[in-house]
Amino acid sequence: MSVAVLEAEGLHTYYGGAHILSDLSLSLRDGEVVVLLGRNGAGKTTTMKSIMGLVRVRAGSVTMHGRNITGWEPHVIACAGVGYVPEDRRIFSDLTIMENLEVGRQPAREGAPTWTPERLFELFPNLAEMRSRPGGRISGGEQQMLTLARTLMGNPRVLLLDEPSEGLAPVIIDQMAATIQALKEQGLSILLSEQNLHFATSVSDRAYIIEKGRIRYDGTMEELAANAEVRNTYLTV
Amino acid sequence: MGDFIVTLLTGLSSAAALFLVASGLSIIFGVTRIVNFAHGSFYMLGSYIGVTMVTALGSGGIAYWLALLIAAVAVGVIGVAMEVLLLRRVYQAPELFQLIATFGVILVIQDVTLWIWGPEDIVGPRAPGLSGAVTIFGEKLPEYDLVLIAVSPVVLIGLWLLFNRTRWGTLVRAATLDRQMVAALGVNQRWLFTGVLFLGSALAGLGGAIQLPKGGADLLMDFNIIAAAFVVVVVGGMGSIGGAFLAAMLIGLLQTFGIQIFPNSTLILMFLVMAVVLIFRPWGLLGKPESPGHGPVEAPEAPLRPANRKLRIIGSGVLAFLLMLPVAHLLLPSIIGDFTLVLVVEIMIYVLFAAALHFIMGPGGLVSFGHAAFFGGGAYAAALMVKFTDAPMEIAFWVAPIGAALLAILFGWFCVRLTGVYFAMLTLAFAQIAWAIMFQDAPASVAKALGEWFGWTAVEQITAGDDGILGIWPAEWASSRVTYYYLTVGLVVAGLLVLRRILFAPFGYTLRAGRDSPLRAAAIGIDLKQHQWIAFTISGAFAGLAGALFVYSKGSVFPTSMEIARSFDALLMVLLGGVHSLVGPIVGAATFTWLNDIFNELSYWRFLLGATIIALVLLLPNGLVSLGDTSVGRRLGLGPGREALA
Repeated sequence: MSVAVLEAEGLHTYYGGAHILSDLSLSLRDGEVVVLLGRNGAGKTTTMKSIMGLVRVRAGSVTMHGRNITGWEPHVIACAGVGYVPEDRRIFSDLTIMENLEVGRQPAREGAPTWTPERLFELFPNLAEMRSRPGGRISGGEQQMLTLARTLMGNPRVLLLDEPSEGLAPVIIDQMAATIQALKEQGLSILLSEQNLHFATSVSDRAYIIEKGRIRYDGTMEELAANAEVRNTYLTV
Repeated sequence: MGDFIVTLLTGLSSAAALFLVASGLSIIFGVTRIVNFAHGSFYMLGSYIGVTMVTALGSGGIAYWLALLIAAVAVGVIGVAMEVLLLRRVYQAPELFQLIATFGVILVIQDVTLWIWGPEDIVGPRAPGLSGAVTIFGEKLPEYDLVLIAVSPVVLIGLWLLFNRTRWGTLVRAATLDRQMVAALGVNQRWLFTGVLFLGSALAGLGGAIQLPKGGADLLMDFNIIAAAFVVVVVGGMGSIGGAFLAAMLIGLLQTFGIQIFPNSTLILMFLVMAVVLIFRPWGLLGKPESPGHGPVEAPEAPLRPANRKLRIIGSGVLAFLLMLPVAHLLLPSIIGDFTLVLVVEIMIYVLFAAALHFIMGPGGLVSFGHAAFFGGGAYAAALMVKFTDAPMEIAFWVAPIGAALLAILFGWFCVRLTGVYFAMLTLAFAQIAWAIMFQDAPASVAKALGEWFGWTAVEQITAGDDGILGIWPAEWASSRVTYYYLTVGLVVAGLLVLRRILFAPFGYTLRAGRDSPLRAAAIGIDLKQHQWIAFTISGAFAGLAGALFVYSKGSVFPTSMEIARSFDALLMVLLGGVHSLVGPIVGAATFTWLNDIFNELSYWRFLLGATIIALVLLLPNGLVSLGDTSVGRRLGLGPGREALA
């Protein structure tokens, strides 16, 4: 078993007085795709933001390759090789697709694939045809692809994908799954959050189930597939 | 024909400085979301530093342009210093609080400039080789004007290239849209912010330096340009440099042509154009609606709560003190002199004014940059009533709030359609229209024109412009200092209680609901705009009442009661005190008026006041009433902090 690329240990996060994450621990090993499953409001996005330094963690630690990155500023965490793809996409709507990619650009990184716009356009052929179109004038699916491409321009080693399938048409979801597979083959370690169990199963090695800010279950996708009780308790709506 | 073309060209040349300042303001706002009130001060510094550099470098052709460039860079560096030393520490504070920091900078720069360059106006140096004139269709145009005409488009193109053809520019545009996402992509925002402050400030500095041969340098430049620059930014559209260019040209032309047609109304004209543009295009010529944005999520505001017991006891104590003060004055006139009563009356008047502004700003969530319009409006309504009808004071005290309320109904109709910084800017513009009407005595001009038309003999002057309206004294029964003191305390306390009552009535809840979530409020059937309009009117009426108390305490009223500085003072009082609590504006107004009074005795009082403001901003980012929240405050047992203060 390989070492943990990213490890969260006993995270506690609050919004004002509301306790959102409570003693949350998870780990992501090298080359793995791990999914964080849970219903709306379970704390998936907050987990992502806590790792990325976008919300302040009150207790606990986040380490990357054994180095403590808790409390670092988001841009420092990004420069350390963590790529974040937010749930709500957050495309720079007035900037063209090429400019959106430019914002994400960072120098090549050892131990991570190096991306150029041309290489990304091979991965996302749709985007290639609209390089100079403003990001606000493309479809939701294309925006989701652009968000991912923009983050990849930073040549990350670890990818945080927050609900990549949300709001996408089934055919685009299949495309997204293929993309995640391709990225895994390139050597990226990926932590994604999902509600879509079918999609998650098709791409992930392991799963954590989160409910009310706590990890309730962890196991391989096979184990989860065999455990109907856990699925019914935490995942069915 | 020649006349027309030369006027046209003069207008375009006069737009250069305006465009440079406005584009800098716009760029800084776009990225940092800070309305940099100190931008006019940077423009002024550009002029003064420019003069010094031109003198130092001698009069050679290249030396002159080098001197201007050095002035621009120097001002850019000053802007960076402000960012690094001050703004960077308050980015996490509520957006409005950052405004106060820039107020402090205005005051400090005013006195530093006075100290270094002295009080006299400085005549600008001539540009070497360009001091002649060219002849166009038989009319003369200074050669330097041609340079100024060329500057704006050159800078516009340069900025366009910078923002659209460089990585830095792309990052800046991205940060304008979503700062947090840019950070999450690995960009250190600090460098962007610092760079933007440099660029924006340097543009203002260049604007100040380049206009030297035409305008020279003086100590009033800062406030004179800032109002016009705001107009340009708002008319053009916040954050749009192309819009700022168009608007600057429009305003420049308007002023040169306007001065020929309406020589006494150029100021009014500028603000009228702004009002007209915003009626048809609320976000300016080339602007876009404010995006909800993904800034740092502010913690939800703690609900206002009725005062706790401790605060009630303190409040009763203060009231008892106020009521006993004249008694002490009569018993011990050597210790509690006339002057103390006068100061307390002034404090009480500003307490009411600040509370009225807080009403719309805090619970209403609409920040007015021009509330002096209603304060001065009330004062003028009372004074004009007395001047033309000899009305008794009792009537005037009714006329003032009603007059101010009518003004607020009119201005509010336009303003509440907008939100955020657009609302703020539009209130400023309307306040400036009101100020200009009083200052240039527009009613008298209208009366004169009508008089000529119909063959009447019209009155010579109505508001009498700068001379003001004099001789407005209280009625016989209230003419003693002590009686007027009690009258003021009584009316102010009553006013505060009424405002407080409204805030804890369903109307107040609705207002706050609309502030916290306009969409949800609309979804449950609240007509938010109408509530805001009413709140704006109530706020205006109480500001007008404060104005009436003011005019009778001074015996006179001048256009200064409506000027920008007065509006800014009120903003400062509310923000310094703390916008999140009802006690805030009261504490803020009292502290500010008292500090102002102490510092006024000293030379360089602006510097001291500015430095005090900056220190308060850095130490107490939630206002004076948050003193109890600090560790020192807690140790001193100062108390429960802002949450409980209402």
